[in-house]
Amino acid sequence: MAIGEAIKRIEDPRLLVGKGRYVADLSVPGMLEACVVRSPYAYARIQGIDDYAARACRGFVAIFSAADLPPDLPPIPMRLTPAQELAHALQWPLARDTVRYMGEPVAVIVAATRYAAEDAAEQLLVEYDPLPAVASVQAALKQDAPLLHPLLGSNDVHVIESRKGNASEALRHAPQRLSLSLSVQRHAAVPLETRGLLAVPDEHGRIHVYGPTKVVHFNRSVLAEMLHCDPALIHFIETDVGGGFGARGEFYPEDYLIPFIARQLDRPVRWIEDRLEHLMATNHSREQYHQLTVGFDDNGRLLALDDEIWVDTGAYIRTHGVTVPDLTQAMLPGPYDWPAFRLLTHVVVTNKTPMGTYRAPGRYEGTFVRERMVEGVARALGLDPTVVRERNFITLDQMPYTVGTRGLGEEVVFDSGDYRRALARARQHIQWSEFAGRKSQARSEGRLRGMGWAFFVEKSGLGPWEDASVGLDARGRFYCYSGLAALGQGTETILAQLCSDRLGIAPEQVRVVHGDTDVVPAGNGSFASRGTATGGVAAYIAAEALKQRILTVAERYFEASAADVRMEPEGLSVIGMTTRRLSWQEVANFAASIGITLDVSERYNAPHMTYPYGVHAAEVEIDAGTGHVSIARYLVVYDVGKAVNPLLVKGQIAGGVAQGLGGALFEELAYDDNGQLLSGTFIDYLLPGACEVPDIEAIITEDAPSRHNPLGVKGAGEGGTTGAGAAIANAIADALDAPPDAFTSLPIRPAIIRRWLRQAAGQGSRDSIE
Amino acid sequence: MEYQQVSYQLNVNGRACSIENVEPRMTLADVLRDVLGLTGTHLGCEHGVCGACTILLDGRPARSCLMFGVQSQGHEITTVEGLAPDEEHLSPLQNAFWQEHGLQCGFCTSGILTTMTWFLQQNPAPTRQEIREALSGNLCRCTGYQNIVNAVESASQHSQQLHSEAKT
Repeated sequence: MAIGEAIKRIEDPRLLVGKGRYVADLSVPGMLEACVVRSPYAYARIQGIDDYAARACRGFVAIFSAADLPPDLPPIPMRLTPAQELAHALQWPLARDTVRYMGEPVAVIVAATRYAAEDAAEQLLVEYDPLPAVASVQAALKQDAPLLHPLLGSNDVHVIESRKGNASEALRHAPQRLSLSLSVQRHAAVPLETRGLLAVPDEHGRIHVYGPTKVVHFNRSVLAEMLHCDPALIHFIETDVGGGFGARGEFYPEDYLIPFIARQLDRPVRWIEDRLEHLMATNHSREQYHQLTVGFDDNGRLLALDDEIWVDTGAYIRTHGVTVPDLTQAMLPGPYDWPAFRLLTHVVVTNKTPMGTYRAPGRYEGTFVRERMVEGVARALGLDPTVVRERNFITLDQMPYTVGTRGLGEEVVFDSGDYRRALARARQHIQWSEFAGRKSQARSEGRLRGMGWAFFVEKSGLGPWEDASVGLDARGRFYCYSGLAALGQGTETILAQLCSDRLGIAPEQVRVVHGDTDVVPAGNGSFASRGTATGGVAAYIAAEALKQRILTVAERYFEASAADVRMEPEGLSVIGMTTRRLSWQEVANFAASIGITLDVSERYNAPHMTYPYGVHAAEVEIDAGTGHVSIARYLVVYDVGKAVNPLLVKGQIAGGVAQGLGGALFEELAYDDNGQLLSGTFIDYLLPGACEVPDIEAIITEDAPSRHNPLGVKGAGEGGTTGAGAAIANAIADALDAPPDAFTSLPIRPAIIRRWLRQAAGQGSRDSIE
Repeated sequence: MEYQQVSYQLNVNGRACSIENVEPRMTLADVLRDVLGLTGTHLGCEHGVCGACTILLDGRPARSCLMFGVQSQGHEITTVEGLAPDEEHLSPLQNAFWQEHGLQCGFCTSGILTTMTWFLQQNPAPTRQEIREALSGNLCRCTGYQNIVNAVESASQHSQQLHSEAKT
């Protein structure tokens, strides 16, 4: 099957009949179950733990608190974007004297069943001495605020700055200036499967851990370090995974605790996170505040940007280090050719669940800020917002373009992009020139219609390398071993498709193996939209090399030229000679007999990231009575360089938009002033459902193949999410003819729209529903 | 608290199954998954919102996380494993999910398939809006629902076509 064909996924039949194997589906004889006891307080000293009653519970086996962990246990290290001084803010697997967020693990109870473990957890008495919580960025930055990590000397624990030109000078001389405060609320990835682990010690001193994903090799090295053991003694096995989106698969406290406890007890131990735990234990994301001034001229030419940013990173620095603030700043300038900017990001600790990445980390937030601002510039000048964007685009002949920021340790250099063309395509498809007519027509019928635009640049394909081994085994079957992980996005299909493209076979003929550290020796995993652009390229190169070897075998066997040999699903044949055929089994046998190994391993080095881009356009209608927003049309144009499987790319776009829409309109991890999580169930934390998410019109373009890899591919996983907050907010503001300083924070709930409508009508009375 | 155990019979996917010596508080979802090994029924929230654990109870959708195993005695239970014999013989609805890329991670899929199997029996020729409303009790975090709606629509059209061909 050729690259570019919309083939069905090879994963699906198994999943459709209920034969998926997610970690909670696994059980082994003698298995115990664990329940994590978590802090109910945002900030408190632990005075004591009384386990007398818990130990008396039926089925109780063991309890572990911080005192039961090795005294020299290191905290969980940073994986990405490490800032060394932040080592003082890392999290230990169990709280030692102090808990710093609601949900922090305090103890683990192990029992015969999960029911029994929860019974015992209910009987565990932990005595806390509550402290005044630091529950917001404002509270954290007060002069007299308690310091969460005193060794750092401040709750403003890290600052990142980027400068291009002289922004303050350029702002001073700009004919026009606009200052705005914008913010994005705390929300999270919330995969439908919660986290979980099953750790099985064996009689050879090894431990087999089911449930890790995303970055299994890295996490295995972290666990080895924390357990002080040889990594070879640890075997990680990726199961089916019910979604990741950045959060699942990072190294969390439980990723140490469950294997450690299994080894201590010398029994298999399973821990399956429940949803209430998940919402307070798994990484949160997104919460940040921007205070910006933009300078521009009367034609809408952007002259300078000054943006000061505060990211609420929660109570500890987790595995992502400062990735979210780093990427916010790295990608904030977007598709525009800024003469000058100064970006200053503060990483602030608070008594809330620690932050990590969530699909389009930093870009969802930064795109909301930038694109809401650009729309504001257009509105202030009375110009068409698409024209203002166009006037400021980095042009085709400026590529590759050095942005002037750094992200994930690399200088940000856009490799390719035709931004004008993408915007033109979107304008035409959504009939932008006729929108004013649609809007006034709706108005005349009492409906409030608005269109919102968001242009985005994404990043993808983070290196440094990825491996693939492609071969034909002794039984005549093809395989592809990859260092990537599969979290539901279709990794197996894409790798099989790339191999089949080279080998002339069907994708189903390729057995894709990943995520098992015993059989795949190395890999960097799946994150940052890197899978296809790194591991996919490695598989493609390896399959091509295998093809050459197979053709060598064919030349020997057929005594014919390789140019006359055909590779087909059934095997090899010679053009024009129907009787001359070899099955794949025979190819494997013959190759073995002449000493040719049909196994090729390739490492693809990716020193530079690649930058896909696109545009979102949302056309909405607002019910003036209820404030309800309905999305009439939603368009995404996304240039991914080369779409290996357009069906899957469109699936990524539609799913990505749904998540972005959730952040724009519904989802919020709300806290009160005491640091209590208020939206800790699916009753309060609103995920968008089938009636909230519209059909997405997705246009995939291949105008700007990546210059960095032989396929020209760029990652496709995140762009569906990136622009959604901005497009929806801009559409709402347009429907209401609101000024630039309205609708500057997410989520935009009906109550906020009603309040704005009332204020606009000059009533200003308080809404009893709020 | 006095410790109790009960034994009972369940009718699951057309087979009589003995449940021996379990606690009465064990949910139907846990009985299906941990006692009978029918792990195709998934638990996404355990408070009745996400719909991943939806099974058919006497043909109608029910949340298996919100009822006890003992409560389902005397009822016909259908799980995702009961919708098709194996991967080679998918139901028309399952096949439509495959064709239309109606799943990504597959975790919510079981509950959606059971719910939509019931729905298409109730409403063999639904509009897209009716499909969306019928899906509103099931959360999916991967697909954005669009391809799920496409799949249900396509399965419905396919069966309508077969139906009308059978008539003529």
